[in-house]
Order: sequence, then structure tokens, then C-alpha cells
Amino acid sequence: MTKRLAIQIDRGDNVVTLVDEARAGDRVGFVTAEGRQELAALDDVPFGHKVAVRAIAAGEPVVKYDEPIGRASRAIRAGEHVHVHNVDSAVQGGAK
Amino acid sequence: MNVNAYLRPDGRIGVRNHVVVLPAVLCANEIARRMADAVDGAVALAHAGGCTCGEDVARTERVMAGLGSHPNVAGALVLGLGCENCDSEKVTRQIAEQCPWKPLERLVIQEVGVSRAIREGTAILEKMVGKASGQKRTEVGLDGLTLALECGGSDATSGLAANPALGVAVDRLIAEGGSAMFSETTEAIGTAHLLARRAANAQVAERIVETIDRAEARMVPLLAPGEHFLTSGNVAGGLTTLEEKSLGCICKTGSVPIAEVVEYGVPPRARGLVLVDGTGFDVPSMTGMVAAGAQVVAFTTGKGSPVGYPIAPVVKITGNPGTYERLAEIIDVNAATITRGEKDVREVGEEIFHEVIAVCAGKPTRSEAFGFHDFSIATLAGAYAGV
Repeated sequence: MTKRLAIQIDRGDNVVTLVDEARAGDRVGFVTAEGRQELAALDDVPFGHKVAVRAIAAGEPVVKYDEPIGRASRAIRAGEHVHVHNVDSAVQGGAK
Repeated sequence: MNVNAYLRPDGRIGVRNHVVVLPAVLCANEIARRMADAVDGAVALAHAGGCTCGEDVARTERVMAGLGSHPNVAGALVLGLGCENCDSEKVTRQIAEQCPWKPLERLVIQEVGVSRAIREGTAILEKMVGKASGQKRTEVGLDGLTLALECGGSDATSGLAANPALGVAVDRLIAEGGSAMFSETTEAIGTAHLLARRAANAQVAERIVETIDRAEARMVPLLAPGEHFLTSGNVAGGLTTLEEKSLGCICKTGSVPIAEVVEYGVPPRARGLVLVDGTGFDVPSMTGMVAAGAQVVAFTTGKGSPVGYPIAPVVKITGNPGTYERLAEIIDVNAATITRGEKDVREVGEEIFHEVIAVCAGKPTRSEAFGFHDFSIATLAGAYAGV
């Protein structure tokens, strides 16, 4: 089982960002003010992409930098890849 | 907390003691360089403006006056050609009014001739450097210190490591009584609603939205058909929404309120965090903030930008481990420790804060050790040609 590194920018964030490439099943580790944490990646996730650190309900804000970066367009499980397929932008000119 | 810096007779704080030549037009650049190159400790602020039109001439004059009267500048020589639109006499008068204490001279090439201008200018600069070298640093509080925030050569690690860490340093500096400026208006498009929420009052919120809307209105006609603020490369790189992209840029401003919005090169009245309406281009963006009063620059870079600035030290920060390995010689703070999982954003934010204070007290930055003096003034004609 391979271990991959991710970054949680703010402790309130419900996503972490990978600074590695992860395959489904890899352990994803990240450093927080409270110490190291780990979760299992459910999908293949490329470098620079996000993984949910906890379940995010459909319609709930996706939070990074302690700010909403959009809303979950469907329910997202902890460890799932978080990107344009399951997040909607609140701003005109977003990717969707 | 205190810093060892130059306390000027006007009460402002200098962190460097430069002597500058300010050419009023690009046709005077070469002669300005000849003078500055002949004098150790003098630098020419050569730029491409001076005979542009309308608002751009006013900007050039404002920036020259702002840099000539800057507290990091111990002496200034304004060099006119004679036929340019930029009014070198007005610039000299504005510097004198702002800083009656400062050694200040003006030469006009068409009035005295080229060889004589070089000869006299060199003698003036030598005298100014001699006087500057006698000035001593003293312990002063951080309340007169303003940090300019810049990012350039950004990549995925900028928004992950270097910018959030810089945001922590900004929060710390402002808690200590200092101030900070950010200016990349074109890179704040899409975040007006988030920045406005951080405004100190309703007027500031309105100015933030107006300023970013104006940048967007100038920018949109320059986009190629089908081009978008969020590119396919952004999405492939992991950016999901425009909010996320812009947050990566603006998170270097920390979490403090935005106290004021000013035009390019205009000194703010408020302390704390200020938005200077500038450009996404790094070098002219730094000019907009330094001319507005910032004494030191914190510059995050993913890919590795070598730029320095002639009158303000530039503290360079990268979050990219490969860039740190290849280009450590231009990096002052290694934020790749975050990317490697060795440190968290708060620890590196503290490292940046302490490095900025050390640099303000005289520690040379990497770009200063190389002697890099990148300089330009943003013109409206060129400011929106790209981001």
C-alpha cells in the first residue's frame, strides 16, 4: 500500500490537495496543526487535485483556504476525488 | 517588536539607503545609466514611459515622485531630456515638498549637453552616496513598515504552500502594527465578492468591486475567442472553479480586513492591508506598490523568478521542491517544506515574517546579492496585454 502526500491549507477545509499522484486505495497523508492524519483515496487522483477529507452532502459548500470554492453538485464520500464532475462554481466564468 | 532601520526626518521608515537617477523619459535612460554605473551605490530607474499620453504621463510623473521621495532613497537626481511630455520640474518640486531633508538635484540634457550632464550627474551622485553612507540605522517599531505582496512564475504549489504561508506572515505583520499591499487586480477577477466581504467598510467594499470590474471590462476585449479566465490547463492542473484559482492568488493577503483601495502608485491614508490597482505583471506591479510607499517586497514563485527591485529588497519564496533544488541561489525562504509534508503553513509563515524583518534590518536578499534591478512602470496601454 503506497502512501501519498496532500496539503490541508486551513483546518476548516473539507478537502486536501495532493502533491503526489494517488491511485485508488493509496493512503493519503497530510499535516495539520493537530498532527499527521491519513485517509484512503477512493479514486485515482492526479497531482494538484483535491480529495474530500470527510463526506460532503449535495449542495454543501466545498471549502478550501477556509472559503467556499463552490458547492457539491452531488454527495461526495471521504476519500473521493473532488473536481468539476462533482462541484459547481457560484461565480459566472467558472469551469462549469 | 522593533526593526533596525533608517528613521527619516519626515517620520517615515527606510530599510535601504539608495541613491537614484530618475530619467523622465526613455530617451534619457542611457545617460542615466552612464552616471549610475560610474558611482558605486547609485542606481538608474530606467523605464519606457515619459512621452506616452494622458493618464500614462500622469502615472509616470506620480511614480517618479513617489520613488524619488521614497524613504528607502537617500538622494535623488531627476534627469530630463527637455522635450518630453513628463514634467521633470513638477516631479522635482513634488519630491522636495514631500522630503525637504533629502539631497535632490535636477539636470536637463538639452540645456547642458550630454558630456556635461554625465560629468555633473556623476559628481552629484558621488556626493549623495557619500552623504548617505554616514546615515545610521536605529530601532523603530513596525508601524511604519509596509510589505508589498507579489507572486510570479506561479504553479500548483503557489496556492498550496508559498501563498498561504505568506498570508500567515501578513496577518502577523499587521498584528504587530505593520501594513501590506497587494496589487494584481487582473488576478483578483472572480474574487470581488470574497474581497469585498473583507472590506473595512461599505465604501471600501464598493471600491474593491468597482476596481476589479474595471479590470475585467478592460481585460475581456483582449481575450481571444473561446479563451476563458479558467483555462483547460487550470482544470487539468486541479483547479475546479474560478473562486479556487483566485483564492490561490489572494490568500497571500492573509485574513485581515482590507482598509483601503488606491490607484497605482498612490500612497494610502489607511494602515493595514491595502489594494493598489495594479497589474498581473510582476515588475510593474512592484513599482505600483513601492511608489505607493511599500519598503520591502515578499515575492512567491513556483517556477522560479529571479527578479529583484532597485530600491526595495525582494524576499523570494517558493513552495516547489524541484525549484528550490535547482534555483536555491535566488530563493530566500524555502516553503517547499510544506509541500514535502515536513512543516505546516503556520511554521513557514513565521519563517517568512522573521526573514522579512531581518531583510529590513539590512540582511541582503538573494536578488540583491546578484545585483538585480528589474524596473518598469505599468502603462494603461500595456497593463492589460496579458495576465
